[in-house]
Amino acid sequence: MPTHTLHPETWVDQYSDYLYNYTIARVNDHVVAQDLISETFLAGLKSKKNFKGNASERTWLIAILKRKIIDHYRKKNSKKGQAEVHINYTDDDMEGDWLEERVKDPYYKSAEDKLENSELRLAILECLDTLDERHAAIFKMKTIDNFDTEAICNEYNITPSNLWVIIHRARKAMANCLEKNWL
Amino acid sequence: MKFNTMFNCEEVGHVCDKAQYNEASVWEKTLLKVHTLFCKLCRKHTKRNSKLTKIIKRSEIQTLSTEQKQFLKERLRQEIT
Repeated sequence: MPTHTLHPETWVDQYSDYLYNYTIARVNDHVVAQDLISETFLAGLKSKKNFKGNASERTWLIAILKRKIIDHYRKKNSKKGQAEVHINYTDDDMEGDWLEERVKDPYYKSAEDKLENSELRLAILECLDTLDERHAAIFKMKTIDNFDTEAICNEYNITPSNLWVIIHRARKAMANCLEKNWL
Repeated sequence: MKFNTMFNCEEVGHVCDKAQYNEASVWEKTLLKVHTLFCKLCRKHTKRNSKLTKIIKRSEIQTLSTEQKQFLKERLRQEIT
C-alpha cells in the first residue's frame, strides 16, 4: 500500500467542497459548517505529525471532521433546554379541527431521501476527484455553480470550443464513474 | 450550423452537451432530435447525458464560494507560517 503524505496548501482547493457537503448533511447550518471545516483544517495542521500515512488525506480529514461535529453537538446539548423541541399538537388559536392541517406536506422530504442525496453528493465529488484537476474545476464551475460559458473561458483563458471539448470529456468520465459507483 | 451536421455524430454530440446546459438553439435541438431518430448510439448517449444532468440537479450539491475558500486559505496560511 502506498504511503500518503500531507499537503496542507492544497487542502482548501481539493477537499473543502467535499467536507462542506459532508458537514451540511449533518449540521444543517451554513455558518456552523464553515466554522467546523475551518477548525478541521487547523486541527489537521496541528496534528500533522500524527499522520501515519496509512489513510488518504481525505479520509484522515474526515476523521477529524467527525470529531468536530460530535463536539459541536456536545457543546450544543450542554446548554440545557436549548436542544428540546416543542410541538403544539393542539393550538388554541385555531378554531375547530381542520383535517387539511394534518395532511402530509407533498414537498416534505423523508429522512431516506435526504440521506440518499447526501451520499449522492459525496459520490459526485469523489468522481470529480478522479478527473484531471483542471477539467474537474471547469466541469464544477459549469455544471454545479452554473457559470456562463464566457466567464469560464475568460478565467481559464480558453476558447468556447476548448471548453466544450473539456466539458464533453468530463461528462463522459463522470457518467462512467457514477454508473460504476452509484447506480 | 449546417444541415450536414445531421449526419455527423461528433457534432451532434457537441449539440447534446450544449442542450444539457440549455444553450442549444431551436435549430440545433431539432437537429439533435432528428439525428437521434435514426442513430442508435447517439440516442443512447443523449439518454445517459441527460441522466447525468438530472442526477447532479437532484443531488442539490453545493460548493463553497470563491470568497469563502479564500477565507479558509487565509486562515490556514496564517497557521502554517
